[in-house]
Order: sequence, then C-alpha cells, then structure tokens
Amino acid sequence: MLNWDWDFTWTILPRLLSATVNTILAAGLGYAIAVVLGLVLALLQRTRSPIFTASVREIIEFVRSTPLVLQVFFVFYVAPQFGITLSPWVAGMLSIGVHYAAYLSEVYRGGIDSVPKGQWEAATSLNLSTTRTYFRIVIPQALPPSLAGMGNYLVGIFKDTPILSVIGVAELMHAANSIGAETYRFLEPYTLVGIIFLAISLPTAALIRAFEGWMRRKLGLT
Amino acid sequence: MSYFEFISQYGERILSGTLITIILTIIAAALAVSIALIAGLMRLSPNRFVRSVAAVYVEIFRGTSLLVQLYWIFFVLPLFGFTLEKFTAGFIAVGLNLGAYGSELVRGAILSVARGQWEAALALNMSGVQRMRRIILPQALLIMLPPWGNLMIELLKSTALVALIAVADLTFQAKQINSSTFLSAQSFGTALIIYYVVARFLITPSMRWLERFMARKMGEA
Amino acid sequence: MTDETHASFPLRLEGANVPMVSFRKVTKRYGSLVVLDSLDLDVAEGEMVTIIGPSGSGKTTVLRTLMTLDSINDGVIYVDGEPLTHMSDGTKLVPANQRHLRKMRSKIGMCFQHFHLFPHMTALENCMEGPVNVLGLSKKEARERSEELLRMVGMADKRDQHPSRLSGGQQQRVAIARALAMRPKVMLFDEVTSALDPEVIGEVTGVIKKLVSEHNLTMLMVTHQMGFARQISDRVSFFYKGRIEEQGTPDELFGDPKKERTQQFLSAVREAV
Repeated sequence: MLNWDWDFTWTILPRLLSATVNTILAAGLGYAIAVVLGLVLALLQRTRSPIFTASVREIIEFVRSTPLVLQVFFVFYVAPQFGITLSPWVAGMLSIGVHYAAYLSEVYRGGIDSVPKGQWEAATSLNLSTTRTYFRIVIPQALPPSLAGMGNYLVGIFKDTPILSVIGVAELMHAANSIGAETYRFLEPYTLVGIIFLAISLPTAALIRAFEGWMRRKLGLT
Repeated sequence: MSYFEFISQYGERILSGTLITIILTIIAAALAVSIALIAGLMRLSPNRFVRSVAAVYVEIFRGTSLLVQLYWIFFVLPLFGFTLEKFTAGFIAVGLNLGAYGSELVRGAILSVARGQWEAALALNMSGVQRMRRIILPQALLIMLPPWGNLMIELLKSTALVALIAVADLTFQAKQINSSTFLSAQSFGTALIIYYVVARFLITPSMRWLERFMARKMGEA
Repeated sequence: MTDETHASFPLRLEGANVPMVSFRKVTKRYGSLVVLDSLDLDVAEGEMVTIIGPSGSGKTTVLRTLMTLDSINDGVIYVDGEPLTHMSDGTKLVPANQRHLRKMRSKIGMCFQHFHLFPHMTALENCMEGPVNVLGLSKKEARERSEELLRMVGMADKRDQHPSRLSGGQQQRVAIARALAMRPKVMLFDEVTSALDPEVIGEVTGVIKKLVSEHNLTMLMVTHQMGFARQISDRVSFFYKGRIEEQGTPDELFGDPKKERTQQFLSAVREAV
C-alpha cells in the first residue's frame, strides 16, 4: 500500500485508542439520555389532548428531519446567547441525546402500538391504575418488539459521535483531525479511524442480533 | 439587529446555500438509488464472489461513519492519485453511504415479494432476468418506496456534513454567518427551519405522491 | 445419484404410445422426509388424470416437480418422450442445465391454488406477458390470442382490470387463460378451487370441464373436489405416502375401491362433506 508508515501507525495508535474510549463514553451517555427522553416523548404522545399530541409529534418530526451537525452547532453556540455556557461535552451529549430520543420515541411508539387492545382492557377490568398499566402490563410487552430498533440506534449513535468533533469533543475523529493537522499525514489516522469503527460496530451489531434472537426465544416468540 | 434585518442582509447567502443543499441532495440521491439497486441485486446473486463484493461494500459503509468516509474520500483518496473536487467528494460520500443502507431495502423488498410470484413467472418459462425485471422488481419497488421516503430525509440531513469540507451548502453558510456576526440563534435557527421545511413539505410529500402514483400504476390503489 | 442409475434410464422414450408424461422411479426428499417414493406414473396424451390423497401424500409435489419448481433426488421424469429433469450428454443422462429446462418447460403450464396473478398487470397484460416476452410473439398476435382465451374463460369484459379488483374465481379463470396462452401440451391444476369461496367454485370447474371436452390437452389435477374429479377425469390416482396406492377410472376408484386405505380416505372425505 502506498507509503503506509507502520512506525507512524504505532506512534499514533495509542492516542487514537484512548480517544476511542471517549467515543464509546459519548455514545453511551448520549444513548442513556436518548433511551429515557425517548420514552418520555413516546408517553407524551398518548395524552388525551389531540393538539398536545400533534405538537409533540411535530417537534419529533422537526428533530428527525434536521441535521445533527446543525443541532450540535445550535445548542453549542446559541446557549451562551441566553447566558448559559455549555462545555463541548454537555452540548454534545444534549444534542445527540435529544436527536436520538426523537428516533427512539418512534421505536417505543411502534412497540406500544403492538400491544393488543385486549391487554389494556384486561388491565382496566382489573382496575389497575394508568401508571401500573404502563409499567407492569404495557411496557414489558412493548419492549421485545422495540429491541431491534433500539439496538440499531445504539450502533447509529456510535457512528454519529464523530460529528461531535465539530465543537471540539475530544473523541476519535477529533484526535485523527489533530494528528492530521500536526503531521500532515491523513492516510494512517483516517484509515485507522475507519478500521476502529468497523472493529466496534460490526461485532456490536452481531451481538445485538444474537441478543434479539435470545430474547425472542426466551419470551417464546419464535 | 431584528430578524427582518438579518434576513435582508444574509438572505441571499442562505438561499444560495439552500440551493446547493438541494442540488447536492438530488445528485446524491440519484447515486444512492443506482448503487442501492446494483448492490441489492448483487447481494442476491447466485455467484458467491459477486455476493461477497456487495456485502463488503455494505458492511464498510454501514459499519463506519459518514464523516469518516467523507474525510477519507476527500483527504486520503488524493494520496492514491484520485483528487476529487470537494463538491464531487461530497455527493460521492453521501451517495455511497446512503446507497449501502438503500441496498438493504432493495434486498429486503425483493425477498419479500411472495414466493408464488417467482413460481408463476417460472411456470410461464420466463428467464431469470425476465422474472426479476418484469415481475419481481416492479412489485419490490412498491414495497420499498415507503422506507425510501425515510432514507431520503436521512440523505438530506447527511449532506450537511459536506460543510465540513467547505462545500458552500446551507450548513456551511449558517456557520460562516455565525462566525462573522455571532448571531447564532438567527443563523443556525434559520438553517434548521429550512431543512425542516425541505424535508417535511418537499421531500415527504413528493415521496408520498410517488407512492400513490406507483400504486395506481400497478392497480393497487 | 450415481452414473449407474442414470445408465438404466433411456435417453428418450420411443415407439408407439409414448406417454406424454412419465415418472420413472422418481424420489423426492425434503431432508429425511420422503415425499415421492420411487414413483412410477404415466399419463397418456390427451388424458385427464386426477390425483387425490391425504395431505402429505405427495400429490402436489408431483405437479411441482413436473413444473420444475422442485428438483427431484432420484429417477427421471419424461415429458413428450424427452427427459425433463435430465438431458442426454450423448451416451447417458445427466442433470438438466438451465437451457434444457427452459426448452422443456415450454411444454408445460400450471395453475396454482392462490392464482399468483401478477398484481401490477391487468388481466390482459397477465395473459400477454409470456407470449410476448418468452415466445417472442408480436404484441398484436399476443393480444389476439389472449383476448380469445379471456373470452373462453368468460373474462373478456374484465380484461383491463388489475387482479386486486377481481374475485378469487375471476382471478383463477384469468390464471387459466394465462397458462393456456403459452400453448402448453400439459396443463397442471394444483388445488385450483381450494382457496375459493364455495359459490364461485363452479365458474372455475366449468372452465376446466370445457377444456376437457373441447381440447386435447394432457392434464394433471390435484383436487379435493371429489364430485368434480369423478365427473371429468379419465383416471383417478389415490396417493399415499409418496406412492400410488390405487388407481383406476373414476367409477372404479370411487364406486368400488379395493384397498383399505382408499376406502378409509374416501369415507372420511364423504363424512366431512
């Protein structure tokens, strides 16, 4: 391969690997926010007010149809205008968390919709409270069909973390950019970043598929 | 500065950025659709080598980030003697990336056409190519159009990353205006709204129209 | 399959009274399940043979292997004197290649339980599809041929409708016209009335009766309509576990079944009705 420099590779690899830890951390934190906020967004769509539901839906649509990179810029640069200065990490976690919450809320919604109407009626006939109905009856049944989508977005959020480099979150892409700027060598850092991403996302995707299959078998769905 | 003043002063730049974004989206979409079709069919080929080539393409482009791919194509490919103009690098990266996702839609749709359709076409003694082209693909098209609608929105959003290699698209203009004026809410907010309008009132309705049009054409409406 | 077993089969069937369809020691397995068990079955030119039997007896597999939708594991099927599943390499039979299969398939037409009309084409387009794209007919010729056949099955007035607008019985009649438009020598009917509402079964069986009385087609039919089978068949074969348990004229088989399994099956069917 064209002047691939192995010595250089070994020099930058530790730096890239330590940045990978930040990438994984960013993906994990962002996903944690998205999982919880997504559920809130899904449940907010089930209120009795059609106007409220429609507004929540439109906000979700807005988040889903605008670029993450622009949302990251918006959060990072607009907050100071209102007197709140966010660190790159906080701004990054917030924007990626909200972005994926919008996607996950759709996954949950599909899951909740897949619970048969009879289950709600049975819960009502047992005089369960709404909260109990959700947490004891509906969500446990809505979860398995949501798992595939949730897994896909976990891999998705991981692959979107490089976007956080634009506001200086010191993740993998940011490290590769810095190396490129310092050494004027791009072949090794960018190729290594690609390989590291593949090395993580392919096994993760396979693991998620395996987990899904295991879950389905465990619940007697297949 | 009022928002009105902001628009009258920077409206032209925002508009030109929007235009670049739309053109980029259309070209990248054409590339993504063609590649998705080719790779999707290749993944169903009886030939193992052909299948593997397509699978490697799909796994690489789905397994890494678009930003990594974009930088690689723009900064690393020139080292191999392929220097691409930034606009070209932009639509190629977006097209290849979304094409990989699209190929899965193509493959899934083809596989979901009822098995009986294959058998009926075989019973009419149609060749493999005829079966695919005349019987299976038209039906698969109808099945895959709705998910393609979502993919087109993803594609529009993906084009925003080309701002990072200095293609003067909407995101790039917003960023430039922001750094010269510090009017972050106005510049980024306006750009966000434009993306939303393009997605919600241009792309989504056109895809819906296309779905209805195809459904009517195929007698299913 | 070994070359020895190939060698025992003739390269082609010759002489007087060559059957239109001939299964010679045909075995078909799905995994460890034997669906056709060294089956021998001949159908003469112009003959209408109905296959009956319990589910899993291999009756549909006979039609599917004949249409080459399923491959066989052993034996040879001949159509019109020529091997279908195999071809001659000059001295012995070897498994057929795609080219040979396409040549042989042109002799056979098939109608399915669930019609399988192409949903994106009108009734007329469904019928023209094969003649234009496979037989290479001009659009004009194909249209004339298809319109005539649609008239024959009583669907001329619906020729511009898509399948989604047609009832099951209407779809099945179009499917019959579509298969006939290819001018096959052998027609296969695989439970063509099983998916239909009772009140429209007659319109499909009516078309098949017309075919039997007016055309000299060789036909194989799998059906659960015992009355219909008795009316129109030249011969009825009762299948059990991948073999022919008993066969004869409709009157022999339905009127005076010899084998105990045949009797049990027929009385079970009668009770169900």
